[in-house]
Amino acid sequence: METSASLKAIGAASAIEEKLREIVGAASVRAASLADAISDQHARIVVEPGSDQELASVLRLANEVGLAVIPRGGGTKPDWGNTPTRADLILSTARLAKVIEHVWADLTVTVEAGCTLQRLQDALSQHGQRLALDPLWPERATVGGVLSTNDSGALRLRFGSLRDLIIGVTIALPDGTLASSGGKVVKNVAGYDLPKLMTGALGTLGVITRAVFRLHPLPKIAQSFSARMSNLETAQRALHSVQNSKLAHAAMQVRAAGDVPPEVDVLFEGTKAGLAAQATHLKKSLDPVVVAEAPASVWSARQELWFTSDSAVIAKISLLPASIANGMETVRRVADHHKIRWKAVAEATGIGWLRLDGSPHYLHVAFRELRTEFESRGGSLAVLHRPAGFAPLEAWGNAGDALPLMRAVKRQFDSKSTLNPGRFVGGI
Amino acid sequence: MNARIFRELRAIAGKNGLITSPEELHTYECDGLTNLRVMPCAVLLPDSREQVQAIVRVCHREKIPFVARGSGTGLSGGALPVENGIVIVMTRMNRILEVDLPNARVVVEPGVLNLDVTGRVQSQEYFYAPDPGSQSVCSIGGNVAENSGGAHCLKYGFTTTHVLGLEVVLPDGSLIHLGGKILDAPGYDLAGVFVGSEGTLGIATKIVLRIVKRPECVQTLLAAFPSTNEAGAAVSGVIAAGMLPAAMEIMDNLAIQAAEAAVHANYPSCGGLLLVELDGPTAEVEAQMCQVTEICRANGSSEIRLAQSDAERALFWKGRKSAFAAVGRISPNYIIQDGVIPRTALPRVMSEIERLSNEAGLRVANVFHAGDGNLHPLVLYDKRIPGQEQAAEALSIRILELCIAAGGSITGEHGVGEDKKKMISKMFSEPDLDTMQRVRCAFDPLQLSNPTKIFPRTRLCGEKPGEYVAHPLETAGLAERF
Repeated sequence: METSASLKAIGAASAIEEKLREIVGAASVRAASLADAISDQHARIVVEPGSDQELASVLRLANEVGLAVIPRGGGTKPDWGNTPTRADLILSTARLAKVIEHVWADLTVTVEAGCTLQRLQDALSQHGQRLALDPLWPERATVGGVLSTNDSGALRLRFGSLRDLIIGVTIALPDGTLASSGGKVVKNVAGYDLPKLMTGALGTLGVITRAVFRLHPLPKIAQSFSARMSNLETAQRALHSVQNSKLAHAAMQVRAAGDVPPEVDVLFEGTKAGLAAQATHLKKSLDPVVVAEAPASVWSARQELWFTSDSAVIAKISLLPASIANGMETVRRVADHHKIRWKAVAEATGIGWLRLDGSPHYLHVAFRELRTEFESRGGSLAVLHRPAGFAPLEAWGNAGDALPLMRAVKRQFDSKSTLNPGRFVGGI
Repeated sequence: MNARIFRELRAIAGKNGLITSPEELHTYECDGLTNLRVMPCAVLLPDSREQVQAIVRVCHREKIPFVARGSGTGLSGGALPVENGIVIVMTRMNRILEVDLPNARVVVEPGVLNLDVTGRVQSQEYFYAPDPGSQSVCSIGGNVAENSGGAHCLKYGFTTTHVLGLEVVLPDGSLIHLGGKILDAPGYDLAGVFVGSEGTLGIATKIVLRIVKRPECVQTLLAAFPSTNEAGAAVSGVIAAGMLPAAMEIMDNLAIQAAEAAVHANYPSCGGLLLVELDGPTAEVEAQMCQVTEICRANGSSEIRLAQSDAERALFWKGRKSAFAAVGRISPNYIIQDGVIPRTALPRVMSEIERLSNEAGLRVANVFHAGDGNLHPLVLYDKRIPGQEQAAEALSIRILELCIAAGGSITGEHGVGEDKKKMISKMFSEPDLDTMQRVRCAFDPLQLSNPTKIFPRTRLCGEKPGEYVAHPLETAGLAERF
């Protein structure tokens, strides 16, 4: 009986693969390799559709036959979120990589989900424009992936995050529906704002196939400044005095670590005359702290946290802007207690990035302590990267009293949990 | 609704919190869109979140539809009562609960007026950025429902950019929190979906707002052009030069005449008037204003004025902000339209509006947020002349069709409400609208919260999502193998 059942399963699997090849072409269906693993889950098959419609058809087929689908862009963040409970088919947007329409005079762009951020920015820069976002690994990360993970860097202070930059989206739902919402104009209140719902949903509601963004002009010049602070408290005061001033800074962050004094970085963008005046103003408002011009590379500090990170935990912090120093002090106290090393980059928005290095056991204990502390202050701490041997841990933390509603939304969009099962908050 | 329910509602909201007499109910039968009127069964005026919850629980149990209402200034009939339903007026919940300057947050109840938020923090040089035309009377709760914009959203964003968290009474009476004072709370961005959902997903009872530091310098320029086309070309020139002004507004000759008649803004008489406001660090603003002036000249501006004082700047804006009401001075009746086009389509759409206006024999005054392509054509008519009202309505719809055809939207800030339900299906396909309604089914499966708005056809929430549809590629036998 068992033999017959498994033979039947093999037959079914090859029949499904045959169907997939019919939809996307034989060259775009392949067996998954070790490199395609999502945390500890190994999918069987990788499919690369060549159009929105093909993608929707693949998704519908998978949903009908009960295959779990892992949507994938550049594959730069396979370990973000929980390990999926099932993974059968990797739905890659690699072939959906076109910049469809850059209407520079309207400051908008329509782009396919599989386009990398770098390629998009290169296209936009031809008309002196950009998507005002500084995500991780832009040369590999795709529009769809960056949207689904809601990744943003220090520029968020001035330009907002993806939710503020996306104006339209097309998604494929598990039942094969292709639906658009928003539009191509910056100002638009017709219908529900699904672009925001898709941003940060980790591909659990639908697969983004294309997006429309509002753009910003590239700055004429940019200049960075850094100031070394004696301790975290003075760093917090510096953040406050800049935030509370009339400076028009584009970004600001604190770099902190267990063994070195914290540094505050400020980015200005604008014209030559404007920048000179702002630099003077900045120096005055931070006096007596010495402010020096800094290389643009200070803004890579966030990405550098991932450098040789096999044995580290990396997490996203969210705190109130005025509690950054306090949060870092908590990190220092807990890390010192468990004898682990720490390093963090906290942006003036209250969003930060923390790396902890040490033995897996103590990392786990320290992480849980920190999450409890942050959540008790209304903040959050989400794991983005775990070292080998790290005990299982819910990636997101407390999703609050709206979790039942989030589950209801999930059921409406993906009733069979076909998309990224278990990867999102509360096991969604 | 029977006497038992009325008694129950009275027990919740108190004698002064329940209105049932027809003469008093008349006040609530419409919002700012006065041509649509429905008498509600009752109006409730709760003064606490607990009362809102208790009222909504009764509605849920008895399947009574409800409509939340703020100041009633909306222009799309979003707060229009529904048949056999009640209206829940939020104006008594009008406390500013917390001002947190170090974090630039203000926490308010929904009945707080938009301008009062700025009023509370302006001495510390902060302001609340969204500035709809009605900001001195409209409420934050209403702004949340409509995702209100305003003249300065070109640079600062809309209500949704400035709402970080919400306490919401869901249509079953339960209380939940979306977002918060902190960014990126774990989970779906349901706050982002709630803002602009026009009261169809529940009632906000507390709102966390972000406030913004006042810029060092603000400069406002007024430039006169032969027509709106040259004014529009100047706007494109400013954008192409890599500038992002705080506001760019255009008025056509008819709108200028109206504003002059109403508030004597001392505008130059011309075919197209452009108002540009820049803000930021002084050196930056001064350098950019020189560029803007040059761009205006290069595009044929005959007269350019830079406001020399706060009083003069206020007068520049007064004409623009009073334009809707001012049209009343030059026409007995008018329809305020709200459409959006890509900025580049402006000359084409303007000449098309002019053609349609001539064809219909009706005057159209144009006021628009030119930076983001948000048009507000005002269709003038006289109700006393038979057929003119219908002709004006038809023209107003034709203008929206132009916006859709140009790749724009049927509403930039006023909402769909009751008014544009039919139009939304010309902008979105059936699957698009159905997908949006999946969200509604999650929030409000019984469809009690402002149930008849936005969508022309209601998706039955009992419909199984992902319902099986035979696929052309599918062959018999495949499904049974699993």
